[in-house]
Amino acid sequence: MDSVNPSSKYKDTLSLIIFIVVVLTAPLWGKFIGAGYPDLLQKFAIFGLFAIGYNILFGLTGYLSFGHAVFLGIGSYTAAWSFKLLTMNPVPAVIFAVLLSGIFAAAIGYVSLKRTGIYFAILTLAFAQMGYNLAYSVLTPITNGETGLRVLRDDPRVLDNALGVQIDGSPVGNFFGIEMTGYSGYYFCAIMLILGFYLAMRVFRSPFGMKLIAIKSNQTRMEYTGYNPRPYLLAAFVISGMYAGLAGALMVIVDPLAGAERMQWTASGEVVLMTILGGVGTLIGPLIGAVVIKYFENIFSAINESGLHATFSFLPEWLENIAVTIVSPFVGDGWHMTLGVLFMIVIIFMPGGIMEAIRRLTAWVKRMRG
Amino acid sequence: MEDNYVLEISGVNKTFGGLKALSDINLKVKQGTTHAIIGPNGAGKSTLLNTCIAKLVPDSGSIMFAGQDLTDGMTPHGINQLGVSRVFQTPEIFPELSLLNNVMIPALAKRDGAFKFDLFKWLRNENQLQDEAMHYLDDLGLADSSDIRAGSLSRGDKRRLEMAMCLIQHPKLLLLDEPTAGMARHDTNRTIELLKKIKEGGMTKIIIEHDMHVVFSLADHISVLAQGAIIAEGKPDDIKGHPKVREAYLGTAEL
Repeated sequence: MDSVNPSSKYKDTLSLIIFIVVVLTAPLWGKFIGAGYPDLLQKFAIFGLFAIGYNILFGLTGYLSFGHAVFLGIGSYTAAWSFKLLTMNPVPAVIFAVLLSGIFAAAIGYVSLKRTGIYFAILTLAFAQMGYNLAYSVLTPITNGETGLRVLRDDPRVLDNALGVQIDGSPVGNFFGIEMTGYSGYYFCAIMLILGFYLAMRVFRSPFGMKLIAIKSNQTRMEYTGYNPRPYLLAAFVISGMYAGLAGALMVIVDPLAGAERMQWTASGEVVLMTILGGVGTLIGPLIGAVVIKYFENIFSAINESGLHATFSFLPEWLENIAVTIVSPFVGDGWHMTLGVLFMIVIIFMPGGIMEAIRRLTAWVKRMRG
Repeated sequence: MEDNYVLEISGVNKTFGGLKALSDINLKVKQGTTHAIIGPNGAGKSTLLNTCIAKLVPDSGSIMFAGQDLTDGMTPHGINQLGVSRVFQTPEIFPELSLLNNVMIPALAKRDGAFKFDLFKWLRNENQLQDEAMHYLDDLGLADSSDIRAGSLSRGDKRRLEMAMCLIQHPKLLLLDEPTAGMARHDTNRTIELLKKIKEGGMTKIIIEHDMHVVFSLADHISVLAQGAIIAEGKPDDIKGHPKVREAYLGTAEL
């Protein structure tokens, strides 16, 4: 079980090694499940980081934030500005994005954590919607509003210019000569994911992590036991905001464009779905949830009506039409319907998410073996 | 001597709506003693303890502990850090965590204070803390189940777990709200033995209890509370014979 139960050094090292191997070989095994191309793998890593970080707040402390996409947006804009003003090197972009989203998380968290439960969720939602609307209106000089913030060829880029780095064609992230596109873009994200996973593991196995779970378990007892829960919650909030900022920066690093739509409440909701689907409060579950959602989104949203007609063409024509009519709301743009149904099934039958399913399955297999 | 008192409650009043829950409570608890508060249901016993840990703020009066007025804007965690631990009437534990973690958490609070950003430490390297926690679990007869979820314990066991959680903090003042309620006789006797043992270590305790067997085995001093006021106090022998006490609380009960 992934909680702060005493876990051996050996077991942790082993899971970390397996994790690293799986992440680094993703381009190989991805082919077998139809995910062997860099765009999708980048999404896995980026949303995986977002969810792993979100889980440190929601999974450990139980505080449900409905506004974490705002940090995704802040990370994206910061990275884009780092690209525009300083350099196309992703390292400063990542550092600035993480720092700035951390600062914003501290401010938003400070206010939101004055309340608990549903009121906390509403406050975070309000902040995120505020950010989203500001990005579209008064902050247009920073965000470029509806068009989105693009990195252009003739941006100042003082560091690059000073060092004589030339940009040919449209600018892309450039890690000391390696262009952040395709698989090299994925590997940059993958390394961030590995670091993020390792940090999350440290949190889970630390006294700090145990105290976060204790806050979720019984906040009253924590207070009468001598703890001030507020700074713990704020620290968890800031850490998860920084993960979101990192994820936002990575989005820009692999595709230098920052739009306000990634701050919308649906994006905040999506990370909640990923976390719950994978397994709230488990170390690896949120990443699995993110991968599953992005994987199926990729499959379902690509299907269009003519594709469906082709699929059901073995049926008589009238039956084919009926089948297409029934299935079509669930694919293409309607993929969220499928996601909704999937989510309901998980919540009703498997509240612990995919990780609980795996646990039950292994327990069943053990029983069968005697 | 004034110095000998650990806790001094003076002139504490608390009203809920029109109900006078506590009226002019004055109570002093001597260093190293066990002070029992008895009285019928609704007499205000738990309310009085609540005012000591900032769960409730009294309308007037002061509660002095370690040179501080506990009613003067103190936070619950601040009071605990001063050295006051409480066992609640309904056990307050961490149901999702193992028994071992339940006991380690208060020990960490005692060692590291109200907040410590110990993210880069391994919990599994806290061997000394774990040993200490196991020691207290063993004292309470819970060592065998140290790795099970606390939520799956029986009510009596939860209470004993909570006791271990308080004792590991070595509090200067331990507040016990019916520590043996819901326990079988065997466990009650065990708890009495344990509390006697702690007493020899010099820990000051306030205990609320209905079980007179427990009260008279442990208490050095007894205050009787009825309808929010102290109607009698003194040594156990004085209380046994006190006519007002018999009338208000003990009734025809055999002592």
